[in-house]
Amino acid sequence: MTTLSLEAPLREVSAPPQMEIVYAPPAALADVPMHYCPGCSHGAIHRLIAEVVDELAIRERTLCVAPVGCAVFAYKYFNFDSCEAAHGRAPAMATGLKRVLPDRIIFTYQGDGDLASIGANEILHASLRGEPISVIFVNNAVYGMTGGQMAPTTLVGMKTTSSPLGRDPLTQGRPIHITEMLATIPGVAYAVRRSMHSAAEIRKTKKAIRLAFQAQLQGLGLSIVEVLAACPTNWRLTPIEALDFIRDRMLPEYPIGDFKVDERLREKG
Amino acid sequence: MARALWKGNEALAEAAIRAGVDAFFGYPITPQTELLEYMARRMPELGRVFLQAESEIAAINMVYGAACAGARAMTSSSSPGISLMQEGLSYIACSEAPCVVVDIMRGGPGLGNIQPSQADYFQLTRSAGHGDFHPLVLAPATLQEAVDLMYASFDLAFKYRTIVIIAGDGALGQMMEPVEMPPMRPPAPDRPDWAVFGAKGRPPRAITSLYLDAEELEQVNQRLQAKLKVIAANEQRWECHLTEDAEYLVVAFGTVARIAKSAVRAARAAGVRAGLFRPISLWPYPSEALSKLIGQMRGVLVVEMNAGQMLEDVRMAVCGRTPLRFLGRMGGVIPMPDEIAAEIVHMARTHQRGNGHGAQRLLQFKE
Repeated sequence: MTTLSLEAPLREVSAPPQMEIVYAPPAALADVPMHYCPGCSHGAIHRLIAEVVDELAIRERTLCVAPVGCAVFAYKYFNFDSCEAAHGRAPAMATGLKRVLPDRIIFTYQGDGDLASIGANEILHASLRGEPISVIFVNNAVYGMTGGQMAPTTLVGMKTTSSPLGRDPLTQGRPIHITEMLATIPGVAYAVRRSMHSAAEIRKTKKAIRLAFQAQLQGLGLSIVEVLAACPTNWRLTPIEALDFIRDRMLPEYPIGDFKVDERLREKG
Repeated sequence: MARALWKGNEALAEAAIRAGVDAFFGYPITPQTELLEYMARRMPELGRVFLQAESEIAAINMVYGAACAGARAMTSSSSPGISLMQEGLSYIACSEAPCVVVDIMRGGPGLGNIQPSQADYFQLTRSAGHGDFHPLVLAPATLQEAVDLMYASFDLAFKYRTIVIIAGDGALGQMMEPVEMPPMRPPAPDRPDWAVFGAKGRPPRAITSLYLDAEELEQVNQRLQAKLKVIAANEQRWECHLTEDAEYLVVAFGTVARIAKSAVRAARAAGVRAGLFRPISLWPYPSEALSKLIGQMRGVLVVEMNAGQMLEDVRMAVCGRTPLRFLGRMGGVIPMPDEIAAEIVHMARTHQRGNGHGAQRLLQFKE
């Protein structure tokens, strides 16, 4: 045990000069350590959402529906109300919330196993109903939390723990393009794909998340932002290599793009 | 209010509306569909939420969402649909989100048929989803009782933050009977202090069923179990019919119990002092009330529309003190009053001849 002497001379410090705060954690993000692996995109995506919530000044009326998957603890990282859904059921839970809280901003945060596999029906029908919720769809082409199994979004030839020889399109199908599919549905107001592989793309992702929330605020229908994200741990790559993997391998299969943007949103945006 | 003729499913829907249900989410399935159809007409006209979900899985998760916001939320379905809802029910139970579920049971297993059945007794009372929990299960025998229980269900659900299941069957859902509807209740007061609806002027809340730490999850389970103990102590409901001087007891619930009432009277006409014990709460089971009656009985007959599920609860209450018999019809077949009466009379005569002592003929199916 260390005892501090009261007689010890205090270090002389001059009064801090008046400084302008140019960077601070968003109020919508809880000040707690996150559990994500080094190089994982989830933490940065959480931050983008929190920044958007702050900028739109909607923290006190925003609710997150967290998924099952690596982001299962998303509700611990946001400084607003949240619920934890069953695997894939976040759009149904968000529907229940939005129907009884129509003036609140409800978003789901879902991975590719959650949204594109077990929850494909729930996201499809929430879209068909034009449910005015926002969906942040994090696509890293694997099941993360269970240790890197094949997802519907896994690339052809990509080795995972459940496709050890690489995904074979003859027996395991080809990657699903959920966002393009949902863009064909009239109830969907905003459907875009973005990526987290560079600072420039991250800025564009944030802008898209902002527009997705804007679509909900305007009551235009369902908005979805698919975000291509890095999973260095399950890809067996370093964080830097993982960013290159997104650029070189994911982007050819999943091009960045706007598949549906409601005209009314364009006018505002 | 005057009595009026109501169809079971529609009476349940109207009772829920008068109890102040804010949101209904459902999926069509026979023999429950009229409840959903009634809600589709009535809820929007009252400015409340009606939504036909894409599946029972989605419906129960919509209920989950609305319940997390503190709304009075409900769904209704029938046996195969309840199977699909079990996932959601388990999450709801752990999250302690209050909600009401109506199950108009039909014949199973599998697709089965659309005839009345009680074959989901175990499902509702014992295994409504994975993990340790029991919903509060109420089994009406008449439409008036169905309406009254439905009317009370949201108060029970919110009082204990629990799932309340109204367990009916195809007969109850489809039949018509005179019913006196309760008055329309005002909308729910302020949102409960555990609900999520936006963290305005307070710290954020999260509703979850995830506790990765074993000790923490055990504590959650201990809290849930403590609550179930309180429910078990406070919410046992039953009816005794002609039991005061009875020597032979019929135990039956729901539709079978109302048939058994006729059978008990017929047995009395044939000289057998018979009575009926009718559990209204299936969980918690009114074990003590039944146990107290057993002392005076020379025989007990359990009648169900299944292969003997409530029989397990009766067996525990009887505890070997008196001979126990079982009459079960399955696959949607409803036992007739004369069939049950014959079984009561047979039980009494067998006993008087001394043949039945000790021997428990537990399974007696109609050949």
